[in-house]
Amino acid sequence: MSNFTVLDLLDLDLKEQNHLGLSCIAGRSGLSRAITTSKISRPGLPLSGFFEQFSAFAIQVFGRGEQAYVETLEREGNLASIEHFFDYELPCCIFSDGGTPSPTFIELSDARSTPLLVTALASSDFTRRLIQSLDEVFAPTETIHAVFVEVYGIGVLITGESGVGKSETALELVERGHRLISDDTVRLRCISDNYLIGMGQNPLLAHHMEIRGLGIINLASIYGVGSIRERKQVQLAVHLEPWDASKSYDRIGDEKLSDTYLGITVPKVIIPVKPGRNIPIIIETAARNERLKQMGYYSAKQFDQSVLRWLESEAVRHAYIEETEVP
Amino acid sequence: MVTRTLTVANRAGIHARPAASIVKTANKFKSDFYLEKDTMKINGKSIMGIITLGATHQSTVTMVCEGPDEQELADAITALFENRFEE
Repeated sequence: MSNFTVLDLLDLDLKEQNHLGLSCIAGRSGLSRAITTSKISRPGLPLSGFFEQFSAFAIQVFGRGEQAYVETLEREGNLASIEHFFDYELPCCIFSDGGTPSPTFIELSDARSTPLLVTALASSDFTRRLIQSLDEVFAPTETIHAVFVEVYGIGVLITGESGVGKSETALELVERGHRLISDDTVRLRCISDNYLIGMGQNPLLAHHMEIRGLGIINLASIYGVGSIRERKQVQLAVHLEPWDASKSYDRIGDEKLSDTYLGITVPKVIIPVKPGRNIPIIIETAARNERLKQMGYYSAKQFDQSVLRWLESEAVRHAYIEETEVP
Repeated sequence: MVTRTLTVANRAGIHARPAASIVKTANKFKSDFYLEKDTMKINGKSIMGIITLGATHQSTVTMVCEGPDEQELADAITALFENRFEE
């Protein structure tokens, strides 16, 4: 994110349970001020005149307490600390709990070009939503060349060179009832250091696909709204590569491969592609297997344990037979 | 590796047809080909990728070519941009 301004904050398109309910009532000339951090400041101490360690660069949230204090200060005619508060280049002030700023406060905001916003949400709920939204805005992002689909509820990132058949594979997966998140360019976002989200680069162009020989098609209108998704956690990476006879591929399933995006490790499988191999079915199986692994069941490990158990019992029987044959 | 900065000269920007001609040209070469704009870096051999760059009139795009025929590829793409994609 290059520059996130107060105007962008007002424009954030958030769904019901995350909606911030913000509106600007004063200081509109400062709407281009940048918000640089997801940090939030409750300015109780600065208002009382203590400005050491004051987070002036953070969004200033006035809850019921701060609002009552500002009212008291104004009633007493003690405006020095409020004026000094506005001397800082604050990104914006927000009155929560449906509070109404006093005319003096509105005048000050206008005079100092500090946007003054209000919201009907309670301060605790509001700060939670605000931090969550801002964390997402300031999350590190990366754009990669891949196709992103959801298969049996697992977010599968399909990578591979141009022309290896990523889009065709995704098309077949959608045909089989899975969902496309993005074709070709996937924007990855790392949220709170442990959660990797993938989405389309541009909501206007998302869910379009280029299939060689057909051109650009719109999946949402061909397969319907049930075949698409806006965003999903990345849980499995599938790398497609042309079959290389000299290379040895994982035959047991105990190799632990992984890819790292934005510092987050994602389990990976490498699938060699050659005519006659049904890649979508292999990816479906990989997704099912990944779900099993998340539940703590490792097919390859369990199989190996069964083999070991069987070998042990066989060995015991052999020993017994040999013993009895000797007179 | 060849890196060049190109300016989009045609009025309509890089829409479907220019994107297709870039991809067609790039696919004639073996080298890897990337286009960068702002914070985005995409594979220049994919049409949807190039379109999502959102390269408008007069915007600048950075081209990165890497491989055995990088020079020829860079020249061919530069020529395309200079001809305004024949628009």
